[in-house]
Amino acid sequence: MNPRDIPPEAFHASGAEVQAIDFGYVRSPDQDRAMPAQHPIVVIGAGPVGLSLAIDLAQRGQRVVVLDNDHKLSIGSRAICFAKRTLEIWDRLGVGQRMVDKGVSWNLGKVFLKEEQLYEFNLLPEEGHERPAFINLQQYYAEAYLVERALQLPGIDIRWHNKVTAVAARDNGALLSVETPDGAYQIDAQWLVACDGSRSPTRQMLGLESKGRIFQDRFLIADVKLQGDADFPTERWFWFDPPFHPHQSVLLHRQPDNVWRIDFQLGWDADPEEEKKPENIIPRVQALLGAEAQFELDWASVYTFACLRMDQFVHGRVIFAGDSAHGVSPFGARGANSGVQDAENLAWKLDWVLQGRASPALVATYGPEREYAADENLCNSTRATDFITPKSEVSRLFRDAALHLAREHAFARRIVNSGRLSVPATLHASPLNTPDTDAFAGTQVPGAVLLDAPLTKQGQPTWLLRELGPDFTLLVFGPAPAWARDLPGVTVLQIGIDVIDHQALAAQRLDALPRTVYLVRPDQHVCARWRTPTEAAVRSALARAAAA
Amino acid sequence: MLNTQPNLLACDDFYEALIAAHQGLSTPESHAMNARLVLLLANHIGDQATLQHALQLARGSVVPTADRRTTPAITPVVPTHAVAA
Ligand SMILES: Cc1cc2nc3c(=O)[nH]c(=O)nc-3n(C[C@H](O)[C@H](O)[C@H](O)COP(=O)(O)OP(=O)(O)OC[C@H]3O[C@@H](n4cnc5c(N)ncnc54)[C@H](O)[C@@H]3O)c2cc1C
Repeated sequence: MNPRDIPPEAFHASGAEVQAIDFGYVRSPDQDRAMPAQHPIVVIGAGPVGLSLAIDLAQRGQRVVVLDNDHKLSIGSRAICFAKRTLEIWDRLGVGQRMVDKGVSWNLGKVFLKEEQLYEFNLLPEEGHERPAFINLQQYYAEAYLVERALQLPGIDIRWHNKVTAVAARDNGALLSVETPDGAYQIDAQWLVACDGSRSPTRQMLGLESKGRIFQDRFLIADVKLQGDADFPTERWFWFDPPFHPHQSVLLHRQPDNVWRIDFQLGWDADPEEEKKPENIIPRVQALLGAEAQFELDWASVYTFACLRMDQFVHGRVIFAGDSAHGVSPFGARGANSGVQDAENLAWKLDWVLQGRASPALVATYGPEREYAADENLCNSTRATDFITPKSEVSRLFRDAALHLAREHAFARRIVNSGRLSVPATLHASPLNTPDTDAFAGTQVPGAVLLDAPLTKQGQPTWLLRELGPDFTLLVFGPAPAWARDLPGVTVLQIGIDVIDHQALAAQRLDALPRTVYLVRPDQHVCARWRTPTEAAVRSALARAAAA
Repeated sequence: MLNTQPNLLACDDFYEALIAAHQGLSTPESHAMNARLVLLLANHIGDQATLQHALQLARGSVVPTADRRTTPAITPVVPTHAVAA
């Protein structure tokens, strides 16, 4: 079937039905051209990252070709935890609500040692954010909603069954060879973005590497569908050394459709083929859930984890995003979440360059910004993996000491690391930031993602992030100066006039006084702020943020 | 910076208490107690530079840095921890 003819209900169906959707092959007119067709942007890979990028670009008016060698959504069980920031990005892309409606929202985590609860934590302890800290949602649902959204946008041409087999990069683009069920063809991209996953054929075809560490441990991931009501609440539960799986760790998470994800640490000596057998998995799950629990095994696999990254994400006109650029171990749910942040960082920059509003130097800043973020993710996920799987006797000694102390002492709870969950990086050293000249308190430094806050607009409730413009936003506490209206590519939002900060949370979170001004990038990162700026200061910050 | 000038007034008392605290423990139990002691005292000191200096002096040779390209100022992700139920 032509994917554009898939009825909308198909994307709202059960998990099994959604996974069964087959995106048909459609011959593209490009395949009948004598000369390779020219395209401004080609994205390789229709995973969460490639799809998010394509939607963002198409919403900005760009035409995008997405090539995917497959014709199905992601199979089985991969990502389940999607972070607040990802939901905020997906809100901008028109799919956030859909994800939240289907997903299981959670803020609470509990950590156990043996049979005893050590402590619990709340990832979003304060009110006044539209989105929860996390939702759990099977990756195939997330991809289904992204594909559905992409199909609504005329600018996106997703070509399933299109496998990229060769990439010839040039100074001003790349020539791609593509294999389809009825033969090969070539297309020419002005910009090429490789979102082709951790094995990234593009990376290999260009002779580039991703380097890092592989962890000598194995994990069994089992998704089970419970019959009847489960006793477990909607929380993240993490056990160190539980009686039902001694000397290892276990993680339990709830997903939609009464499916539970259980991660069992197995150790390096485990035999993956043996462990994958249902007759070995079922007793492990039964021991955790209790003898009475009735369940079906939905999916199981055995994984090892690596922390890897490419030295550089930008190679002229070929750009890497998501797993192709960096791979993290899953403690902290940083894979897809950081990849979606890559996509949002890149989308506006490519758009501005293609529109002639900025030079290619702007796209080049994607590299250092997201490499920095990748390092932060790698650092956090490496530390979590080392804590969960101590590599030496002494590291186990200190790990156990921290767990022991955590029973009674708040300071030790902060040392216990069962995965520092994904938050967006603050791009402290970005060349697009204008350093502060005025004094401010709080976290909203140049480089930080703007924190959300509840507002009202014409008496109706709204949220700060929803009121930002598609390009830059000049956030003014109080009336904006007259010159603000003439700034190109800038939406002016006056807090107290256009929108009302009725709980004063925006002012509090941004440490704002009357006349305070924040300049916010299209990807909702703060890039400059002042107590009372001059027109020249704002224009210069805007130029800097566009890498002029 | 770590204060290495004499600061522990009743140093003999402390030393005796330290040894006494290990009495009756097996060697693994003593190691575990020492590890907890390090974490407790480190939290009390609280300052990363001071602790780094202490690690350096205790090891007596250069402390290897973690195998990582950069040690960026990590965006804080430590959630607030409620008391265990
Ligand atoms: C068990 C497990 C649990 C995880 N849990 C989480 C979690 O809770 N939260 C989280 O954020 N992340 C999690 N992740 C990571 C997450 O799944 C990945 O980070 C995410 O899928 C990366 O998205 P991507 O779009 O970069 O790549 P992918 O999803 O891998 O997509 C790549 C796409 O490129 C296509 N492709 C490949 N080669 C070609 C070619 N030659 N031509 C055309 N197309 C090609 C593929 O078909 C595929 O569709 C988990 C991963 C695993 C394995």
